Amino acid sequence: MKCAVVVFPGSNCDHDAYYAVNHVLGAKAEFIWHKDTSLAGADFVILPGGFSHGDYLRTGAIARFSPVMPAVRAFADAGGPVLGICNGFQVLLESGLLPGAMLRNRDLKFHCEMVGLRVERTDTPFTSAARQGQHLRLPIAHGEGNYYAPPDVLASLEAQGRVVFRYANSVGELTDDANPNGSLNSIAGICNEARNVVGLMPHPERACESVLGSADGLVLFESVAQTLAAGARV
Amino acid sequence: MKARVFVTLKPSVFDPQGHTIAEALHSLGYGAVSDVRQGKYFELDLNVPNQAGAEKLAAEVADRVLANPVIESFRIELA
Repeated sequence: MKCAVVVFPGSNCDHDAYYAVNHVLGAKAEFIWHKDTSLAGADFVILPGGFSHGDYLRTGAIARFSPVMPAVRAFADAGGPVLGICNGFQVLLESGLLPGAMLRNRDLKFHCEMVGLRVERTDTPFTSAARQGQHLRLPIAHGEGNYYAPPDVLASLEAQGRVVFRYANSVGELTDDANPNGSLNSIAGICNEARNVVGLMPHPERACESVLGSADGLVLFESVAQTLAAGARV
Repeated sequence: MKARVFVTLKPSVFDPQGHTIAEALHSLGYGAVSDVRQGKYFELDLNVPNQAGAEKLAAEVADRVLANPVIESFRIELA
């Protein structure tokens, strides 16, 4: 099982993703430079966190036009599992692979902290090994993670069960205090209509070993490993 | 030919930066400033022969790159 970790100029969680896949999950990860036009036969793709192109113009706005993105889009269109983490999520939003946009955090602060999440859906390749309603503790590190979508888009996301993660307190309640950035409906992660493309602001790859303060992120990688091993694309 | 492109958040989208600036102005005594919306401003130098071509090119890059149509709208002035 091979994972392509796409590297944009300014990605800074690419090595964390590579480490989580290679050394914790025990699969094979490969870096793919943003100027490559092929994903080298990958079975799943990670768009990692960071500050691609310095976040100039808007987060993810320039990375969206990278030469590698048509290959990512084709892979996603064919049902291949794609995970966008933090800046990778922002790239997916800008490229239209996922709906909505990110605004500046409501308090204008860069948040670097552990947050609580509630798993809303287990019918994606990245959450299939999780439990519905499972509480995860994952780190966030972003200044623009305030998820916004127009009312009609938000309503269809909810109606189609495409909100995959929400910010929640330790007992699973969606309180305002548990929402670090002001995201609509406490949204921390969503998926596309076909459910194979998932984006989230928190960093599962930074929380795969207890020595890092949480191993809760591992379930996303175990999920995609199990999904691919089963030979079925969710 | 030059084009000026003004990109602003749509009225329906909350602007955390504009809101903070408005609150700062209020605390400085400028209570008459009832609201602030922050945006972006771009100056484009265009190698095109005429006004219509400039307008079309500026609109295309504004729509495709400079603004995110999900949250922003834009206005163009030719100079």
